[in-house]
Amino acid sequence: MTDDYAIRVSGLRKSYPSTVAVDGIDLAVERGEVFSLLGPNGAGKTTTVEILEGYRRRDAGEVTVLGEDPAAGHARWKARIGIVLQKVNDLSELTVRESVHSVAAYYPEPRDPDEVIELVGLAEKRDARGSQLSGGQRRRLDVALGIVGAPELLFLDEPTTGFDPEARRQFWRLIEDLAHQGTTILLTTHYLDEAEHLADRVGIINAGRIVEIGAPESLGGRATAAARVRWLGPNGVESVETDRPTTLVTELAAQFGGEVPELVVERPSLEDVYLRMIGHQP
Amino acid sequence: MSERQGSSRERAGTPAVRPAATAVEPAVRPADQRELPATGTAGPATATRADAALPSLWSVTWVRARVELLAFTREREAVVFTFAFPILLLVIFGSVFGREQIEGGVKFAQYFVAGMIAAGLFGTSFQNLAIQIPIERDSGALKRLAGTPMPKSAYFLGKVILVAFVALVQNVLLLVIGVIFYGLSLPASDRWPTYLWVGALGITACTLLGIAATGLVRNGRSAPAIISPIAIVLQFISGVFFVFASLPSWMQSIAAIFPLKWMTQGMRSVFLPDAYAQQEPAGSWEHGRIALVLAVWCVIGLVVAMRTFRWRSREDG
Repeated sequence: MTDDYAIRVSGLRKSYPSTVAVDGIDLAVERGEVFSLLGPNGAGKTTTVEILEGYRRRDAGEVTVLGEDPAAGHARWKARIGIVLQKVNDLSELTVRESVHSVAAYYPEPRDPDEVIELVGLAEKRDARGSQLSGGQRRRLDVALGIVGAPELLFLDEPTTGFDPEARRQFWRLIEDLAHQGTTILLTTHYLDEAEHLADRVGIINAGRIVEIGAPESLGGRATAAARVRWLGPNGVESVETDRPTTLVTELAAQFGGEVPELVVERPSLEDVYLRMIGHQP
Repeated sequence: MSERQGSSRERAGTPAVRPAATAVEPAVRPADQRELPATGTAGPATATRADAALPSLWSVTWVRARVELLAFTREREAVVFTFAFPILLLVIFGSVFGREQIEGGVKFAQYFVAGMIAAGLFGTSFQNLAIQIPIERDSGALKRLAGTPMPKSAYFLGKVILVAFVALVQNVLLLVIGVIFYGLSLPASDRWPTYLWVGALGITACTLLGIAATGLVRNGRSAPAIISPIAIVLQFISGVFFVFASLPSWMQSIAAIFPLKWMTQGMRSVFLPDAYAQQEPAGSWEHGRIALVLAVWCVIGLVVAMRTFRWRSREDG
């Protein structure tokens, strides 16, 4: 309880009979931080998160979540975390209200269930059964059930898979609200824009290993990487990679006597960085 | 990058001094701290949080029982199947054989109601749970519960309460229909205690066995294919549809291993005259042995359930 880390992981390993899912992960998430594990399907995101949630046993490594080993799985410890799982489709016969109220009753100091329903934007659907909700509404119910216990640490495993863009924006606002309140959030996603939008730091995971950890804007040396300057010259499109793009643009402006035709200055996008890190040639 | 406005990055405060992390809510909070409700003093990260008492087992059990009853009564197919199936069998067998006399001057209807009540108890406990729990496991319901501080025993107690409720309703229905349509005589007053203990011990054993059986069942789709044949075969060899004493002795021996035979025998001791005990293979009702066999099955069910129960589906790894 005394340390500032909600999650500490070192040397985490987990193998299944046919594959090595997690192959030596080190990770530390500060209290109050929004940390995103970003990686392709099968990279080991869910295995890692489910070890942290106490669902799976690890083969090796040290894991501390809110000061405890998740494998111990004490009820008091579970009362301090919130879990939004992938692929759940339960509670279809209960109304939103009944589901949230029943889960709230498992926790020592829950949030007001009706306020939580409002917060996730299901107030109008409070009397609808789980089976009557759309995919996005269903996911909001999952989040409501994950946060109704007033967790210090919230796990979100690919929360917006299958959302339309508008639903995703709404969902992001909800997560931002929770983060504003000081809830530590560990989010897994395979959407780059989601990690970039929500996370304080991103850990890129591939083939069971963390490839790099950093703020989204500085990953892979993005902030300081060479810029590419493109313009339409007399002999067609020209392109130069440079560490000093401003100088180059100034020179070009002088050369063209004003506007440079079709001028573009770009640094590697998160996508470029990400694809390079997970081993794809752009 | 303009999307980043108002993102988590701009949250005020370090983790140590974040307002929401204090035990006592400030009288006036900044506007952005007000959006998210928290009851009482329950901020997301307080030292006192860890000391707060968890809800009692009984309060959570009550919540679980309510969830089970709501979900059950809203699943129309389950309700119809659970209640209508034994009644349908009673109507069919009662209409065909109801007026026939069997040995000891007993009407077959009387004999058959005893068997149907035992089979009904077996169905509501063993069969229903062994089919329903794997479906819940597949849906992620059990995984979700396992991730909460809910005491795991509360889940099982909720199932027990559901089974007890369904068994009670089903027994009343069978008795009412038996009395009205098939001239069933209700048990004499001194038989009701036997009715209660045989019923209670029987559904306890079968509930535990139903939970234990879920460990053997791969998933919700395969559950009925495994569980239903077991239930049907046991009904045929345990003296539900046929007079037990008229079954071949090897069949009687096999049936005697399993609880349903002893439940039907116990129920016969409730609904048939004592004189009929002569017709039983042992020449008596064997109450002591009924209690012993059912108690042994309770222990077996409990041990297997505790060792093999899974909160996650096998596909989930």
